[in-house]
Amino acid sequence: MATSARSPYSNWFYLPAAVIYGILFAVPTFASFFFSLTRWSIFDWKFIGFDNFVTFFREPALVKGLTNTLIYALVTSGLKVVLGLLLALLLTSQIAGRGYLRSVVFFPVLVSTIGVGLTFTVLMNPDQGLINDALGVLGIDGPGWLTDPQYALLSVALVDVWKGVGLATVIYIAGIVSIPAEYFEAARMDGAGAWDNFRRIVLPLARPATVTVIILSLIGGLRSFDLIWAMTRGGPGFTSDVIASVIYKQYQAGFYGLSTAGNVVLFLVVTAIVLPLSRFLNRKEVEL
Amino acid sequence: MTGRKNYLLSTLAVLLSGVVFLVPFAFIVLTAMKTRQDAAELRFSWPHQFQFVQNLVDVVQARDYMLIIAFINSTILTVASVTIMVVLAAMVAFVLQRRQSRWNGLITFLVLSGLIIPPAVVPTIWVLQRLGLFRTMPGLILVEVAFGMSFCVLLFRAFIATIPRELDEAAIIDGAGPLRLFFRVIFPLLRSVVVTAVVVQSVTVWNDFVNPLYFLPGDQNATVQLTLYNFSSQYNTQFNLLFTNILLITIPPLLMFLVFNRQIVAGMTAGAVKG
Repeated sequence: MATSARSPYSNWFYLPAAVIYGILFAVPTFASFFFSLTRWSIFDWKFIGFDNFVTFFREPALVKGLTNTLIYALVTSGLKVVLGLLLALLLTSQIAGRGYLRSVVFFPVLVSTIGVGLTFTVLMNPDQGLINDALGVLGIDGPGWLTDPQYALLSVALVDVWKGVGLATVIYIAGIVSIPAEYFEAARMDGAGAWDNFRRIVLPLARPATVTVIILSLIGGLRSFDLIWAMTRGGPGFTSDVIASVIYKQYQAGFYGLSTAGNVVLFLVVTAIVLPLSRFLNRKEVEL
Repeated sequence: MTGRKNYLLSTLAVLLSGVVFLVPFAFIVLTAMKTRQDAAELRFSWPHQFQFVQNLVDVVQARDYMLIIAFINSTILTVASVTIMVVLAAMVAFVLQRRQSRWNGLITFLVLSGLIIPPAVVPTIWVLQRLGLFRTMPGLILVEVAFGMSFCVLLFRAFIATIPRELDEAAIIDGAGPLRLFFRVIFPLLRSVVVTAVVVQSVTVWNDFVNPLYFLPGDQNATVQLTLYNFSSQYNTQFNLLFTNILLITIPPLLMFLVFNRQIVAGMTAGAVKG
């Protein structure tokens, strides 16, 4: 005890952070497992077992939210990896206007999601919006991006990519820049072309960046709420609902137990996907 | 690569970036300058009549100056939560990095959990209500601190690892206690990474929509993002005002970006790739 009290690295440095984090993050997380099993009005609760989960998985609208969440996360993170890598390759090559391009690609990351959502809602208007006007000039009859149930979710996902690809690009740029120049020189001696460089050097050595981009965009995609809420509110019908918007709708309707059950489902989905994936990706990296 | 190919590619990239990234922003600015009827057409066109000042006055005066109140609320929220979060996270990162103990594994696990696990919304409201902090600014500030801390801890920890321990030892020999050691010696050395954390988290908190929506509802307490949301339902036909509002609340992040552009990118990647 005496030694720990005299250590210059006092344990009580943890205390203020631990109190705030514990009370406002850890306690609610644990409590959610209990309250998801209750009919709950904030002030009193009644234990009902797994009824909320049964309701959740029996209601087609809510199940749709679950599948939509998975589709949304997959599409956004897939596109962010591919486009982020391509943009980073472009922005680390010797092109003019590099600084300008880097700034322009990154700026949407800093703009409010709600603002971006509302702007694109207007741009995607089927009759008057700029996007369909532009497609019309090319002779293409653009779809009702947000009003057609087939496209609504994917349209929001595309806007998400537009807004977030700058972060993926920046992470990839950092990964590519840190590759020692000697590798490329040696490859050039061996007569490697651009494609060989990419496949044999950039792709494997930028792997930590890829892992980061995948994990970050998956977490973001699975939890996504504000963009969807600003653009479609889960509609038309419930075709673009995700778990997070289901949670909000149930909360608004006063079904606190059901809403919390949605939260537990989201928790399980996120951990079930992100934990094994990050373990797998990081292990592969060590083997290289 | 040859020079010619190079220029072709650059021109293409600049043109494409203009279409994809600049046009939406140009649209925001143009619509914010239009009259109500003009804006209602939703076209990407030059305004028939410039009405920016009038729009500005209208949007500020709307609903008893709600936008001004919201700017004040968002500023308080951002400054308070980011200050608390950064200082507390730096303290945690410092001890976590320097001191080997059997708690390290658990604490690292908790920090990563904070990054991955989606917050449980209604139970958090329940806790806040029990504490008498629901629908209050201090409650929301603490929520933002709790949710943002993990990212800062990871960022700081990676950076503190690069500060030599000899520095600590020298300070201790000079008689510095834990507090002096941290706040007088270590914290000033963290300056560059503190700037990154402050910028990134300020932008995040300023742009946050979800937490104010849940934990600080009501017009009196609106933050800037909520005014946007309220405007979009109330001013459905007044797109000129809606876009003036979007433009106004984008200015603070824009300024941050212009001032700290390099810093954000450098610090963010350092933290992200290592973490």
